[in-house]
Amino acid sequence: MTAAESEVTRPAPILTEDNEGYWAEAAQGRLGVQRCAQCGRRQHPPRPMCPACHSLDQRIADVAGTGVVYSFSLLHHPQHPAFTYPVIAVLVDLDEGVRVASNLVGVDPADVRIGLPVRVSFAPAKDDTAVPVFEPRTVSA
Amino acid sequence: MTGAAASVVGIGQTEFSKGAGRSETQLAAEAIVAALHDAGLTTDDVDGLVSYTIDPVEETELVRALGIPTISWSSRVPYGGGGSQGVLQHASAALTLGAARVVVAYRACKARTGARFGRPAVNRAATSSHTGTTAMQWAMPYGILTPAAWMSLNSTRYMHTYGVTSADFGRAVVQLRDYAATNPAAHFYGRPITLDDHQNSRWIAEPAIRLFDCCQETDGAVALVITSADRAADTQAPVDIAVTGSAAIFEEEVASNHYRPDLTRMDGSVTLAEQLFDATGISRDDIDVALIYDAFTPILFMQLEALGFCKPGEAKDFVADGAFGPTGRLPCNPNGGLIGEGYIHGLNLTVEAVRQLRGTAANQITGARTALVSASRTGVVLRAR
Repeated sequence: MTAAESEVTRPAPILTEDNEGYWAEAAQGRLGVQRCAQCGRRQHPPRPMCPACHSLDQRIADVAGTGVVYSFSLLHHPQHPAFTYPVIAVLVDLDEGVRVASNLVGVDPADVRIGLPVRVSFAPAKDDTAVPVFEPRTVSA
Repeated sequence: MTGAAASVVGIGQTEFSKGAGRSETQLAAEAIVAALHDAGLTTDDVDGLVSYTIDPVEETELVRALGIPTISWSSRVPYGGGGSQGVLQHASAALTLGAARVVVAYRACKARTGARFGRPAVNRAATSSHTGTTAMQWAMPYGILTPAAWMSLNSTRYMHTYGVTSADFGRAVVQLRDYAATNPAAHFYGRPITLDDHQNSRWIAEPAIRLFDCCQETDGAVALVITSADRAADTQAPVDIAVTGSAAIFEEEVASNHYRPDLTRMDGSVTLAEQLFDATGISRDDIDVALIYDAFTPILFMQLEALGFCKPGEAKDFVADGAFGPTGRLPCNPNGGLIGEGYIHGLNLTVEAVRQLRGTAANQITGARTALVSASRTGVVLRAR
């Protein structure tokens, strides 16, 4: 383990047979969202079957990684040693039309607001993994 | 609307505390014996058991403790506290089916000294005991670790959309704490607060949830005895189950409801209200007292609106006008609610509804004949005889 790795405190995701594709992409520094190979429906969180057409052919497909903050919360208490407080919790609506829970980074907690344009980045987590987080992005007029 | 098929004929509970010092099985057994005594029945009469999927008490251990000869119906309701009122639906189903004649519904928990609900943990399973919460796998790596954290995300959006403030929530909490202050069974008995106290309580999840917006982590148990309306006529203080409802809708999780398109509206509660009111002819105006699941103040507001007692965004005005008070338009949670009395995962609200309809509550609402209990996705309307 390198020194940098030993400083990582963010817990690794809990893997299941149904979610591992999403987190495997993230560990490679890519944001992918499940997309039905039969009808094209995107869904998150990923599931083993498309609720629209019942196809089992569900694949993780890369997305642009841009979206807006649908909602947020500054978490103050209770505190867990793995995180720095306040934790900036966000729900991000991705441009492709799905919503993900995450953290906002690179921003003062006082500046977080609903509607903020954001872009994905990746934060290291334990077990040599990484998870998608988001940072503010500038939108050209 | 046809006559009731089933009735609640007994209620029982342990003390609500921050440290029961005994097992959940013992707490459940104590509450059940008290409820049967209240009903004038014995364990020999019981042949049905209903609880929550998340309840830790093993049915076989409970039956062994109580000495029940035979159980012919046992079932559990998913969705955590959101499913709490489903126990009355299950009990009614068992009775209507003829599978049981006397059903006991119970919930026992040590939410403070056992599996603490508010503890931030990162080693949880991906989902939780069929509670309808999958946030562990999606929120845990982000430090979004507790029910308050999960629910605050919906709440911030709600506040943003309708211009609701923390002080608006605080006005409801002041009323709940007023009720708790005169309810000897309540955790906050004798401890009312002012709006300033609420506003000075520390942030749990800013800008939606302060400490005083949170329900209690409580050790304790409650139980209800349910039998057919016919058989209930032979008991001392029956309360009829007018209708039960359950509305688990597509993509609406419990606590971690993050994926429905519009999180400012509790869609499951909209559907629940259709089942309880629109499908039955029972009017919202018929409700004399409401028990509404208040794990955190924002979901009390959002539920009130979804159930149709006021329009979207108007709960703040409804509450500011004193609607929740003893003589208000909709007296609400007169036991102090889950915030003021304690948190037996929502089932203590049902017990309070029965007391109100019997006329024996600590904070008795005058002339209460019809009560609503809503746990957002399950609910019940109860009627006095």
